[in-house]
Amino acid sequence: MSAATTLAPETFEQAGAALRAAGAGGQRVRIVGGATKSGWGWSHAPYEVELHTSGLNSILAHNAGDMTATLQAGVPLAAAQEAFAQAGQMLSLDPPRAGEDGIDGATLGGIVATGDSGPLAHRYGGPRDLIVGATVALADGTIAKSGGTVIKNVAGYDIAKLMAGSFGTLGLVLSVNVRLHPRSERTATVVGLADDPRTLHAAAHALATAPAELEALDVNWRDGAGALLAQVAGPRSEPRAGRLARAMADAGLSEVELLVDGGRELWDAQRAGQRSSSRATVRVAARASELASMIAAVDRCDGSLVGRAALGHSWVQVDPGSIAPLRAELPAGATAIVQDLPGEGARENPWGPIQPALLDLTRRLKMRFDPTGTCNPGIFVGGI
Amino acid sequence: MPAGSPELIRRLTELCGRRFVLTHPHELATYRSDGLLHYRQVPIAVVLPANTAEVAQVVRACYEARVPFVARGSGTGLSGGALPTQDGVVIGLSRMRRILSVDLPNQRVVVQPGVTNLAVSRAVAPTHFYPPDPSSQIVCSIGGNVAENSGGAHCFKYGFTTNYIEALEVVLPDGSLVTLDRDAPGYDLLGAFVGSEGTLGVACEITLRVIPAPESIRTLLAFFSDTGAAGDAVTAIVDAGIVPGAIEMMDQLSIEAAEQSTGAGYRLDAGAALLVEVDGPAEECEPLVSQLTEMCEAAGAFEVRAAKDEAERDLIWRTRKAAFASMGRISPAYYVQDGVIPRTRLAEVLRQIDGLAADYRLRVANVFHAGDGNLHPLVCYDDRVEGEAARAEELAGLIVKACVDAGGSITGEHGVGVDKKAYMPSMFAEEDLATFQRLRCAFDPDGLANPGKVMPTPRLCGEVPGPYRQHPLERDGVAERF
Repeated sequence: MSAATTLAPETFEQAGAALRAAGAGGQRVRIVGGATKSGWGWSHAPYEVELHTSGLNSILAHNAGDMTATLQAGVPLAAAQEAFAQAGQMLSLDPPRAGEDGIDGATLGGIVATGDSGPLAHRYGGPRDLIVGATVALADGTIAKSGGTVIKNVAGYDIAKLMAGSFGTLGLVLSVNVRLHPRSERTATVVGLADDPRTLHAAAHALATAPAELEALDVNWRDGAGALLAQVAGPRSEPRAGRLARAMADAGLSEVELLVDGGRELWDAQRAGQRSSSRATVRVAARASELASMIAAVDRCDGSLVGRAALGHSWVQVDPGSIAPLRAELPAGATAIVQDLPGEGARENPWGPIQPALLDLTRRLKMRFDPTGTCNPGIFVGGI
Repeated sequence: MPAGSPELIRRLTELCGRRFVLTHPHELATYRSDGLLHYRQVPIAVVLPANTAEVAQVVRACYEARVPFVARGSGTGLSGGALPTQDGVVIGLSRMRRILSVDLPNQRVVVQPGVTNLAVSRAVAPTHFYPPDPSSQIVCSIGGNVAENSGGAHCFKYGFTTNYIEALEVVLPDGSLVTLDRDAPGYDLLGAFVGSEGTLGVACEITLRVIPAPESIRTLLAFFSDTGAAGDAVTAIVDAGIVPGAIEMMDQLSIEAAEQSTGAGYRLDAGAALLVEVDGPAEECEPLVSQLTEMCEAAGAFEVRAAKDEAERDLIWRTRKAAFASMGRISPAYYVQDGVIPRTRLAEVLRQIDGLAADYRLRVANVFHAGDGNLHPLVCYDDRVEGEAARAEELAGLIVKACVDAGGSITGEHGVGVDKKAYMPSMFAEEDLATFQRLRCAFDPDGLANPGKVMPTPRLCGEVPGPYRQHPLERDGVAERF
């Protein structure tokens, strides 16, 4: 693929012109942000242009009083968080950091395009729940915006949500408008252990349904033992966490520990569990009540798991050869998407099955937005 | 009645039964408007399907006859989104009002579209609740909430309908059935569908997420001499990193109107009332009562009351929620707007509205969700005075424009419908609208689902891909191609 032309537009107009030229010339474009998730999806079809968002790296606005911001696609999330933290705010998105040196290269554009998220999804949802507007470039050079810069707005179709999780196959996200939240100075983390999946599930259920206003509620499981982690934020985190610790102990967890303003490494480990360079990572969505069966499936496939206990979202690490057995073992109705996969070569379908009627609608949408098949061809569901 | 209608009505009668296909002018009259009564249109028929399969068959029949259809829930919408089309059918979902399942361990409730918003919270009380709470929640339907992406007083903290929809079973405009699920691989068609105002299909089975009810709720009511001071209090609260469950403001005129209907004891000498509600764990909530009281007083509040019990809280809220309905007590007619502004521009935009109202010699009452900058200016007028309705509408339009100019939106929760579609170009450029149309065309290439809403001008889809062919309407100059 060394013959591909590399472009790094610095303005929206340049980006639009680059796509238009490619679309009109029958060239296929691969869109690259921080390249931290470039192996996800089907293997890329051949492409002639590699379009980097590195030149679109400005925080266009941070309206602290309104708790909103506008960020170009190439802004690294870490840089944005640093800016927001200065105003005591945060973008409530905490997907895994990339790279073992701790440098967070993931960009807003890439996080939005893949719909990636971390433990804070428990309370705040994923990128699609935090984006209030977007500006996009389509393959014919159209530059269009949707939504707005205010938190509340129902004018027009929600194209920004459509872009979230679309893997760049509908067009290039140029900038996103996001809502921000206050960053609490005080947090507390409670962690408890279990070696019986049913105990872990009972504790997760107790915390998920408690009126505790948790920031995050995570589980992990490996080699026959697991943990439940809960985080609260606010000036009175400590007494609140004390109650959570008692609830965990009552539910049968052992070695319950309360960490005031700490526990960062525990949460980093949860995030790290969503990635692997040596094993396959499969993102599974199941009902939260299926946690014990999820763990049983993971054990049978010699895997490990981290996940959002109340949402039923898990990241399972298994050897690549165990992906198919894992799919077969999952609870009914669960969906499984392969994310990281070590090694080269053709991939099995990473997306899993999709309803025919839905695939049909998905193709129609692709044809409307990118009729020339210019943007990120081949990587998405159905080979889109 | 367009050619072919008698045949379609015969078909609908076969599908749903004679009782549930309304064609008599008296029966149709009920459906000619939604909550926005000044738009009226009688449809050719109203059909009331009993279940998802019947909805799919009805839509299929419309599709085959190329007759447009408008889905309708409780008809409480405030943008004319459920206004019938002259040549079309209304699909009333009022018979589909069953709660299909309540699954608290997974915090999910599955409902039919005719179930009311409040019925969901009631079904999961007292341990859980469903956060989006439009003022019409006693009657408005979840199907309508999905179409409009409804908000309410509590969305500053909790988000909107779109944040609480997990899955939808949707009848597409050709009658086919598809499940849109938040967790399914593929495009976020669920996110695109919610808030699409009935133009992409009909949601027939709706999976909602409910969340644990807050342990503690504390409600305060503060009175200020003017909206500027109340706005300063809001700024102080938000800047302190406090995220109240709700922050609602009423100005002098809306206090006067609402107090007449509820008699809750709002101060009539106040220029503004601020309702602040905090909810969450008791440890966080209780200390906030004194902190918020101090903040309001520092901003100039001359009285701050904290509700002592649920009855007092109810009374405070009843007055706020009665604001729209009470307007009739001080004005023969009024026009509601739904503009949004960045919260920090509040004082400036309110001054602009005052200036405009003076220019137009009309009174404007203001009720708003202060946390998220969603204004509901109520332009009062007398419809018996010739020309006053037109002046009120013009003033309302200028208020919307002021919101957009301040960096906001033409609508925060009521939707575009027919009422605000003319304002869409003030917010969106041609390229933006054309991009919206791409989404619309993927779902509904024939433009049969709720046509004439949202988009400012009629648009056609064209074939994709393939050679260009001129549509008859385009040839006749009725519509443009994008």
